[in-house]
Amino acid sequence: MEVPILKQGHYLIASIQSALSDADLSQLREALIARVGKFRARGVIVDVTALDVMDSFAVRTLRDIAHMARLRGAETVIVGIQPEVAFAMVQLGLTLKGIATALDLEEGLAFLDRQGQGRIENRPRHGRIDRA
Amino acid sequence: MGVSTVRDELRCLIAADTDVVQARQTGRELAAEIGFSVGDQTVIAAAISEIARNILMYAKRGEVRFTKVLDGNRPGLIVVAEDDGPGIRDVSRALQDGYSTSGGLGLGLPGARRLMDEFEVVSAPGQGTRITMRKWKRANA
Repeated sequence: MEVPILKQGHYLIASIQSALSDADLSQLREALIARVGKFRARGVIVDVTALDVMDSFAVRTLRDIAHMARLRGAETVIVGIQPEVAFAMVQLGLTLKGIATALDLEEGLAFLDRQGQGRIENRPRHGRIDRA
Repeated sequence: MGVSTVRDELRCLIAADTDVVQARQTGRELAAEIGFSVGDQTVIAAAISEIARNILMYAKRGEVRFTKVLDGNRPGLIVVAEDDGPGIRDVSRALQDGYSTSGGLGLGLPGARRLMDEFEVVSAPGQGTRITMRKWKRANA
């Protein structure tokens, strides 16, 4: 079951539609990391609303995606973790330390927009010749 | 344990990663039939996912069996994961957080144990592994 990846502006949105096997999760990781480069993406959103279970392999793969995307210059947000899934994750001892999460897609996009603004303000200006 | 009634047994063969998904979905459906809350269904499915993946990782193949039970008038689910794989050399270490011989997170077994009410591991090197987990429906949940 391949996860569709949509491109919206500078962001990639991977919207998980159904339960995923370990191979599906690994495939999603490869596809996202390749596309960060191909589309010069600045942000990645992984929407896990449809996932009814997150076990250690799923959490590890999401962490890998976030870290690999960051190494390629894109920020990742995991959105849509369901309340009972969060409960089971905590019981299992699984965390997403250092990785941005948001309630839903809308909040995830807002987070990336805020990150992007910070980035543009901090960037040194090029291509403009100031008069001395 | 005063388990009185055994009603059903279901088996899931574990030989591929899609079987792990099948096993946790079967467990969730049974848990729903028993009347577990959605939260407990998720907890049970997560525990099954961890022990089923362990079969795949260490033994390559095995099976997960599900039995609906009644202890007096308290319903519950028994999940048994069994394989003829290499076995576990040190069961108490395998139940510690962060201990892994596979390069994983080392949270599978100890995590599954925290999720379930009862958890037993029978294993020895070369003798395979049998994990028995039980979850009881709470009176008000």
